[in-house]
Amino acid sequence: MISESHVNGAPAMPAIHVSERLARRKLRHVKERIIEFMLLLAALVSVATTVGIVVILLKESIVFFRVVPLGDFLTDTQWTPLFADAHYGIMPLLSGTLVSSAVALLVAIPLGTIIAIYLSEFAPFSVREVAKPFLEMLGGVPTIVYGYFALLFVTPLLQKLIPGLPGFNLLSAGLVMGIMIIPYVSSVSEDAMRAVPMALREGSYAMGATRFQTAIRVVTPAAFSGIAAAYILGISRAVGETMILAVAAGMQPNLTWNPLEPAATITAYIVQVALGDLPHGSIAYQTIFAAGLTLALLTLAFNMLGHVLRRRFRQAY
Amino acid sequence: MVAAPAAAAMAEAAAAPLPPAKSEARNLNFFYGSFQALKRISMPIYENQVTALIGPSGCGKSTFLRCFNRMHDLYPGNRYDGEILLYPDSTNVLSPAVDPIEVRMRISMVFQKPNPFPKSIFENVAYGLRVRGERSRREIEDRVEDALRGAALWDEVKGRLHQLAFNLSGGQQQRLCIARALATKPEMLLFDEPTSALDPIATASIEELMHNLKKDVTILIVTHNMQQAARVSDYTAYMYLGEMMEFGETDRLFMKPKRKETEDYITGRFG
Amino acid sequence: MSRAAKIEEVRALIAAHKRWDVAFSLLGLTALMIGVLTFLALFGQMVIDGAPRLSWDFFTHFPSRKPDQAGILSAWVGSTLVMLVTAAAAVPLGVGSGIYLEEYAPRNWITDIIEINVTNLAGVPSIIYGLLALGLFVYGFGLGQSILTAGLTLGLLILPIVIVATREAIRSIPAAIREGAYALGATKWQVTSNHILPYSLPGILTGVIIGMARAIGETAPVITIGALTFIAFLPPAPFTGDPPAGLFDWLLSPFTVMPIQMFNWTSRPEAAFHHNAAAAGLVLVVMTLSMNAIAIYIRYRLRKNIKW
Repeated sequence: MISESHVNGAPAMPAIHVSERLARRKLRHVKERIIEFMLLLAALVSVATTVGIVVILLKESIVFFRVVPLGDFLTDTQWTPLFADAHYGIMPLLSGTLVSSAVALLVAIPLGTIIAIYLSEFAPFSVREVAKPFLEMLGGVPTIVYGYFALLFVTPLLQKLIPGLPGFNLLSAGLVMGIMIIPYVSSVSEDAMRAVPMALREGSYAMGATRFQTAIRVVTPAAFSGIAAAYILGISRAVGETMILAVAAGMQPNLTWNPLEPAATITAYIVQVALGDLPHGSIAYQTIFAAGLTLALLTLAFNMLGHVLRRRFRQAY
Repeated sequence: MVAAPAAAAMAEAAAAPLPPAKSEARNLNFFYGSFQALKRISMPIYENQVTALIGPSGCGKSTFLRCFNRMHDLYPGNRYDGEILLYPDSTNVLSPAVDPIEVRMRISMVFQKPNPFPKSIFENVAYGLRVRGERSRREIEDRVEDALRGAALWDEVKGRLHQLAFNLSGGQQQRLCIARALATKPEMLLFDEPTSALDPIATASIEELMHNLKKDVTILIVTHNMQQAARVSDYTAYMYLGEMMEFGETDRLFMKPKRKETEDYITGRFG
Repeated sequence: MSRAAKIEEVRALIAAHKRWDVAFSLLGLTALMIGVLTFLALFGQMVIDGAPRLSWDFFTHFPSRKPDQAGILSAWVGSTLVMLVTAAAAVPLGVGSGIYLEEYAPRNWITDIIEINVTNLAGVPSIIYGLLALGLFVYGFGLGQSILTAGLTLGLLILPIVIVATREAIRSIPAAIREGAYALGATKWQVTSNHILPYSLPGILTGVIIGMARAIGETAPVITIGALTFIAFLPPAPFTGDPPAGLFDWLLSPFTVMPIQMFNWTSRPEAAFHHNAAAAGLVLVVMTLSMNAIAIYIRYRLRKNIKW
């Protein structure tokens, strides 16, 4: 670390000049230290944010769990905190989150992977130059716009194919969410594949393999850890998505594993409560933090899984 | 090779009949874009012999080698001009009508830096067979064992065939790549500076391997190490700035080079 | 088997394998087309439903119970003001963090913790930022359900984006430039402010714009902190009104933003409001896409111009 690199005054300088210089030096040194400290504070904001999230979620949830036993929270099959006969089971919200995420991933993971392999190993330069910015655009559309699209375009379309489909349903929201997640999966996977050294591909081609054989048998396995990270990113994104589900899947908690029904996810519930009156300190206020804590733990679990997978399968090239 | 000088002199004197050629380059030119990297190369590659390509950096020896299995096709902007014939059917490897995949099934390559796939040792060697549609498990197992024996690696790995190839040492990985190339019983084997990334002991084991392999395959090797060429090859070609300066039996070329340029390189006056 | 027959067999095999090449290329293109078609359908839907509603009135009217009189005035003003606060929060904190991590941070556990946190925060769902802000800013600090709270929340949300962009921009500056500056006797801060920052500016700018584009479209955290969905007034501009508003009164004012306005209209059953929603959505999409396009363009120009 270099904080001061001035050359000392020449020995022949008279004493008064030297001390003047030293005094200026000390001031500059102090100024440098202050600046460094301020930058450190800026950097610590991220740590403070995480701490803040943990503290707030835990603090309000602890209050909640004093009223609602953890067992009930985990096993009750109804979530009706605003009713007179209030139930506080997280399962309906969890089922909504899991079903919609599953639908989304059934779309995003196959399509995202195929697109990544295609762009990395097959596509001519011109196709890639157009496709990549386009995929970035797809990922940049605000989620409320996707929600609108799901409710007012995809649902009517699906209702023609599936008679009896309700206006709010998890399928429509899940499909649109899947399309939204494709760029996340494909760009991280593609980066992982492009990082595979050319020497490996040459080795495969030299054995008489075709492009498809090389892509599937050599490049994709070599990029496995990066592709797994891409999938985990997609899962995290799906689980945490709010607006598409709030708009298109309805906000009625419903314990179901059938995507053709309306249901609320953890995230949509939080929005629903936030839209109404939120008396600070009421049990309703605390429910959103308990729900938020569940969501945070889910996301954390997936992120850690991604980290572990990447550690285990990282091939150092 | 103590009797070599005498034998070489005798061969010269008796003008012994040449071995049959496995392959032949005829008036080969090669262009990276507009830059001409190979100029009018013509030379034979004799069957079941080791032919070495030597020359200073940038002389085009690797470029020439990679023409044989159409490796340049993988990158845009390259152009072949001329012929490389593969005998006995006289197929022109460079012809656009010839499928490079078919060529690569007859001519295999070992690269400078060992490049095993992220698979088990067994699957690495079996790769060429699987790519060719071989399904019989017995057949694959037999061929893998043969190839590993041929590469002098069987004894060291037979107990851990299903472990990842990455765990092998550098020299072992290179022998694995040789086994991988051998498993498909190629007609010709190309070596692109195969020992430059290896320590002397690993180098020696691979050089010994080449001596045993040549009775089954024809070998063409690029090396920047003249002593290696002298140790390992039967025929040597000296290249300089994209041209074939001189070609001949190794012993004769190193002891009595016909051209001054060859002599300058061999005696270390440059390069 | 005769030699000719063997060659035929090999050729047939290669041809069969090559068919897989073609099949997969088609599959890849089809997958891409699914994405393209979806985007075109979405954009087309917005245009067809919403473009007829776009007019000067639309931009200058407040929302109303009558759909054809409703407009997005409070929404886009609110969005603009919130973005100001977001930028004011995210840029100094993000760039400062980036500079600290690249230029000053020693290799110790504190630095590791900071880096882990930055990576982690990038993966936190946006609604959780809303919960944090609700507990901390709205009630904890007593900032209320205001523009200031929204701006700070979104600033924290896009902080990782700005930090990563800053770090990458700084990392691409070669060591030789730095060493040259130090060798002339400059202090660390002088090198940073005179050399590092100016050279990494385009990269930082790209990251900031991408972050802002993300923040403009965020709905969930802003709803959570209590932005209202029906606002028929503007935050008080400084020195206007009776009594005159203070310089910073607008910060603590209730407000709404564009995505929330769109959400409100989408949730209404009347089809007429859906047209309004489409119009608002069109404006939003055009705004975010053009911001992304500008960022991509800056990145492209940066790569072209600076050859180290």
